[in-house]
Amino acid sequence: MSEPHPTERRAGTRTMDQPLLEIRNLEVGFQTQNGFVPALNGIDLTLMPGQTVAIVGESGSGKSTTAHAIINLLPGSGRITKGEILFEGRNLASLGDREMEDVRGKLVGFVPQDPMSNLNPVWSIGFQVEEAIRANGIASGKDVKKYAIQVLKEAGLADADTRMHQFPHQFSGGMRQRVLIGMGLAARPKLLIADEPTSALDVTVQRVILDHLATLTRDLGTAVLFITHDLGLAAERAEQLVVMYKGRIVESGPSREILENPLHPYTQRLVAAAPSLASRRIVSSGQKLSEADYHPPTSARGMDLIKAAESRAAKNEIERADDSAIVVESLSKVYKIRGEKGEGRHFKAVDDVSFTVQRGTTMALVGESGSGKSTVAKLLLRLEDATQGKIMIDGADIAHLGGRELLSLRRKMQPVFQDPYGSLDPLRNIGNTIAEPLVVHRVGDRASRRKRVSELLDQVALPANLSTRYPNELSGGQRQRVAVARALALKPEIVILDEAVSALDVLVQAQILSLLAELQSELGLTYLFITHDLAVVRVIADQVCVMKRGRIVESSTVDEVFDNPKEEYTQGLLAAIPGANFEFGR
Amino acid sequence: MTGYILRRVLQAIPVFLGTTFLIYFMVFAMPGDPILALFPGRSPDPAVVAQLRAQYHLDQPFIVQYFIYLGGILQGNFGLTFSGEAINDVLARTFPVTARLAGLALTFLAISGILVGLVSGLRKGKLFDATSLAVSLLLISLPIFVIAFVAQFVFGIQLGWARTTVGSGAPTADLILPAVVLASASFAQIMRLTRASVIETAGLDFVRTAYSKGLSRGRVIPVHILRNSLIPVVTYLGTDFGTLLVGATITEGIFNVPGVGNTLFQAIKRGEGPTVVSFVTVMVLLYLVVNLLVDLLYGLLDPRIRYVK
Repeated sequence: MSEPHPTERRAGTRTMDQPLLEIRNLEVGFQTQNGFVPALNGIDLTLMPGQTVAIVGESGSGKSTTAHAIINLLPGSGRITKGEILFEGRNLASLGDREMEDVRGKLVGFVPQDPMSNLNPVWSIGFQVEEAIRANGIASGKDVKKYAIQVLKEAGLADADTRMHQFPHQFSGGMRQRVLIGMGLAARPKLLIADEPTSALDVTVQRVILDHLATLTRDLGTAVLFITHDLGLAAERAEQLVVMYKGRIVESGPSREILENPLHPYTQRLVAAAPSLASRRIVSSGQKLSEADYHPPTSARGMDLIKAAESRAAKNEIERADDSAIVVESLSKVYKIRGEKGEGRHFKAVDDVSFTVQRGTTMALVGESGSGKSTVAKLLLRLEDATQGKIMIDGADIAHLGGRELLSLRRKMQPVFQDPYGSLDPLRNIGNTIAEPLVVHRVGDRASRRKRVSELLDQVALPANLSTRYPNELSGGQRQRVAVARALALKPEIVILDEAVSALDVLVQAQILSLLAELQSELGLTYLFITHDLAVVRVIADQVCVMKRGRIVESSTVDEVFDNPKEEYTQGLLAAIPGANFEFGR
Repeated sequence: MTGYILRRVLQAIPVFLGTTFLIYFMVFAMPGDPILALFPGRSPDPAVVAQLRAQYHLDQPFIVQYFIYLGGILQGNFGLTFSGEAINDVLARTFPVTARLAGLALTFLAISGILVGLVSGLRKGKLFDATSLAVSLLLISLPIFVIAFVAQFVFGIQLGWARTTVGSGAPTADLILPAVVLASASFAQIMRLTRASVIETAGLDFVRTAYSKGLSRGRVIPVHILRNSLIPVVTYLGTDFGTLLVGATITEGIFNVPGVGNTLFQAIKRGEGPTVVSFVTVMVLLYLVVNLLVDLLYGLLDPRIRYVK
């Protein structure tokens, strides 16, 4: 970035009060093997009592580091090298361990990012809430339990008194996040730091939880520092935005102003790439956007998406001929599970699902987690066998394929999975990873494989010299490109993308989505795109099936579903897209 | 819970049959005639030999001998040693001694290994950590009999703090030195495992969350870090019990402890089939029981795998 100075704007309201939190020229760095690496380069931030401010930025921008620095819980070798963190005039950066313990929980509450990993699995929920209450001296003796129940009920856990003794693994992600919010607010702190509190949750759950958090903090008069990578979400939830990039604040001011008129190039890219906003744009103000001033290259990619979506719509009109790549007929999958008392029970993960995917098009399978969409993917890939129903790939039933035929089916159909960190073998270099399917299917010799690898790397826009590197040296986006390249190695006709972009930052997400769109038009691929995020569906898919509890509740073209959702469930999913009800451009 | 225990006990049956059969077979296959060995240097009366053979069922085919022996065990009768003493009596005499030795060793092992591992893990890369890693490497590298002889020489002879051999009746005070030696063999593994586990746990999200709630180090370290780190350590202690039994055989020999290991060692040297099989069988049973207990304890330590519901 050529412009180091934050683009500041006047805040809409001026309060006479002393600021609750004032961060002045904060610098934080980490000691690594390659020496001292700065993470924050002079952060200035002011938060008034009762105010909600959102920090937005991609991963690695320093937003979480800022949060951790405030409560002095920087991981590992991180430390504050310069600057002040004034909380009600007291510099938190210079407090000792004991004094800091009194600040944490009591004055500054913290709601962490991932509800799955932030509760200790070996202690009951009640134990973990009660210990927070005791540590902050809010209640003692028998009152602790009573107060804990009250705190949990406030946080939206209606049956707190009966579920207190249960353990975290018996709670759903949303419920755990409620517990964490309850703990964060237990001691009625003046400031609550919410570090991506819902990014691990489904959009519908996310909305419920954030609504609840907003009501609760408003009623208690708690100031909130809301940290997120989702610009739409930030704009919806906070009156003030702070945009961070590479350890600096590049822009700050009222949310609406920033969204409508981003000044800093990075913010402009962020606004252009945010899928939650982009999906609105295709219909409402696509025209207006094409006139706007964009900074290549990423914003140009954002435009590609829109173009791709439009040309796809046109193309679909022409190719109406019945040429179905995938036909699924009344597919069911029943799992045996253990019930309450340990007795065997049946659980229908997929229930009478039927759909057809035309060759060269994209079908999106949408639903919350637990709706059975990933199970459908597993059945299609024959990683598991269906209990009932038929799956036809290119007109052939795949149910009874054995050995050799199954191998040739897999050659035709390749998957890309969600987690770019977990789906690549850390001990294999990129070249070998991409070449592995070729080796398994005995395609070509050593030299031709090497040639194919560099061809594939080129196709997914990665430099050819990457083939000797290892996954840990790559970023999340690069890894997902590698996963796509691996899937394309055998020149498949069908690619099954199971939450393939869900774990990525918005900017990277936009890049991968446009890469997928390009590859589709180039190679005539058929995609089955599985996601919980309706926002990305609009830019990538032609047809949508909405799944709920194993059944397809709505299935139609993308435009119909978005403009005219029939099911209440679909409407809920649509409304839950962060930023969807944010009126873009007044 | 009862269902789980029942299932585990049923699983133990084939293991029990398999081990006894293997051991019996191996002892059977040992060279030499145990009856003739009873009469060193002279040729015994063939009638007496035949009678002894019949008494110990040595005239029967191997598989019949095995089943006769198995039948005896199931009735709680392990048979006689060649000196005519009931093996049950020998077990009753030697077992309490070994149990005390192993109990002491396990206590030393758990306390020192976990404590040193915890401190090392919390002060990763500091002097204490480096020192304890070096010491544990030394202990891993040395065979247990070397440690035993060195301990005997330094503490028993040079410093005179302990007796080099255990007296009759094996007073507990005499067992301390052998127990420390026995514990030292597994100390390194326990300490390193605890250390690694503590380092991993301390970096987990819920630990940061615990601090963010306002908890002090004095609370977070035992309740959230150590408690979670113990899960793999306890499992290891269970499987390591076997190493402890092997170590006991050597250590008891060196310190002349009148325990199971020592008796077993003597019996192997004399080729006393029934005695060897009986002792090893009891050890196998003990090992199975200890590991069942560890698995149940594992369920207590980690609610996620609490059996049935």
